[in-house]
Amino acid sequence: MDLDPNLRNVLYLAAAVLFMFGIKGLTHPRTAVRGNMLGALGMLTAIVVTLIDKQMLGWGWIIGGLALGSGVGAYVAIKIQMTGMPQLVALYNGFGGIASALVAGAVLHGWIHGAADDGLSIFELIENGGQSPTQAVVATMASGLIGGITFSGSVLAFAKLQQLISGNPITNPLLKIANGLCTIGAIGVAIMLFMHPEQVGWYWALVVLSLFVGVFLVLPIGGADMPVVITLLNSYSGIAAAATGFVLNNTVLIIAGSLVGASGLILTKVMCVAMNRSLTNVLFGVMAEVGVGPSSDEIYAGKVKAASPDEVAMLFDTARKVLIVPGYGMAAAQAQHVVRDLANLLESRGVEVEYGIHPVAGRMPGHMNVLLAEADVPYDQLKEMDEVNATMEQVDVALVIGANDTVNPSAQEDPTSPIAGMPIIDVGKARTVVVVKRSLSPGFAGIPNPLFAANNTLMMFGDGKKAVLELIAALKAG
Amino acid sequence: MELFVLLLTIFVLAVFVGFEVITKVPPTLHTPLMSGSNAISGITVVGALIAAGSGQTILVSILGFIAVVFAMVNVVGGFMVTHRMLAMFRRKG
Repeated sequence: MDLDPNLRNVLYLAAAVLFMFGIKGLTHPRTAVRGNMLGALGMLTAIVVTLIDKQMLGWGWIIGGLALGSGVGAYVAIKIQMTGMPQLVALYNGFGGIASALVAGAVLHGWIHGAADDGLSIFELIENGGQSPTQAVVATMASGLIGGITFSGSVLAFAKLQQLISGNPITNPLLKIANGLCTIGAIGVAIMLFMHPEQVGWYWALVVLSLFVGVFLVLPIGGADMPVVITLLNSYSGIAAAATGFVLNNTVLIIAGSLVGASGLILTKVMCVAMNRSLTNVLFGVMAEVGVGPSSDEIYAGKVKAASPDEVAMLFDTARKVLIVPGYGMAAAQAQHVVRDLANLLESRGVEVEYGIHPVAGRMPGHMNVLLAEADVPYDQLKEMDEVNATMEQVDVALVIGANDTVNPSAQEDPTSPIAGMPIIDVGKARTVVVVKRSLSPGFAGIPNPLFAANNTLMMFGDGKKAVLELIAALKAG
Repeated sequence: MELFVLLLTIFVLAVFVGFEVITKVPPTLHTPLMSGSNAISGITVVGALIAAGSGQTILVSILGFIAVVFAMVNVVGGFMVTHRMLAMFRRKG
């Protein structure tokens, strides 16, 4: 059956409104589950409207595709561990991108086929369909280009995060040349496609070149900068969907795609601000010039004080307010559950416990919060960086576990430091700092941390999980 | 108004609405926001279904089919994993 076009577009509008309410629900943890369901309902609406609207012919293809995609998606969603969330989101970004590129390609093939059947030029065919040929062809170009870049870039980001390949930045002057050639080639091919859309080979050539551009985009970016890459590719996947909306004259694609595009851009900015780096700086893999800073020997010599679990337990015995500052190292050591046990024990003794979360504490925006929520830490205990910094003077013990660069005072005090200007959780202002760490080895930025040698800092050396377990035992014994 | 201008208007306004709503999402929920918006970007499944069911040529059907698979992984996987995460967030007590 064919729906009345007005009814169809109203139903698509309803789907788009559901998406907006869905994202609005995410503005508070209490309403978030419902919000996500509204979003899913919007998607169901859009799919059902599409299926009953068009005279669908290949039901085999449709049902097969829906079933296969849903099955794989559901399986992965159930199996994935929370630490693997960045990889998963990276991969899904890529899937969205390539789907958009394939749809634009399929539509172009359809136009060429239809034009040949009717003995028209492809421009005439599009115009007869009530669409601007320029819009249609330019949007097709954009879908192929952005979709291709999103796919290969995301797959590479996935491989780096999953450690299928080295997470180190790969920089080589030859790569830059190759990237330049591919970009120029893509522009040339895009122009040819614009002039000769009836030659579909130009479209696929554009997609292939875009795949190369995506690879060259992500290769020079190191592991620490991956959050920015994921958020940016998230944005691209939305823009690719919006471009496909312009190919098909479909409003729900345009609205949903632009929502996602905006979301990804905002998060990209949040991540860049949290690292005090510009987007170009991240994308071209440039770290600030490393000044001839003090060596780790100069900073640490004779000043680092190690403490046993018993000594640290005594500190906690007299504390009234404790701030826990987790880093990805905590999750890597699978220590979040024992950290929560420690927090519960302290709370049962009347100690006020909060968590201070740096925006780049995990491997993607908000990642640390999810990891702690999984360990049953209530969300009202998770505080943002600015909030905990404002009350740091009242903290008796700040427990830093698995974090390093995000608590490095050099970022604020040493303008020649590679991380100069990066906002930090300023634990040094707390009365006492306890750092749980295996050794004095540097973090991602590769620089020593003067916090470890500060007068009010005690180092508790050891594996994160084991150290916290010992601390709990000492507290219970004491 | 030409259709293109109308669509462009929709696009620009949607971007603004997006910015307004999304800046209010707290950092605690940024990961579910990403996986959830990811699922929404699977909206391209609409285009994929149209292509897969158009019956124009076998090639168009195959391209549409592959696109449906990719987009549905994105949609179902995205919404489900977001639900799994959000269900973990709870208040004290």
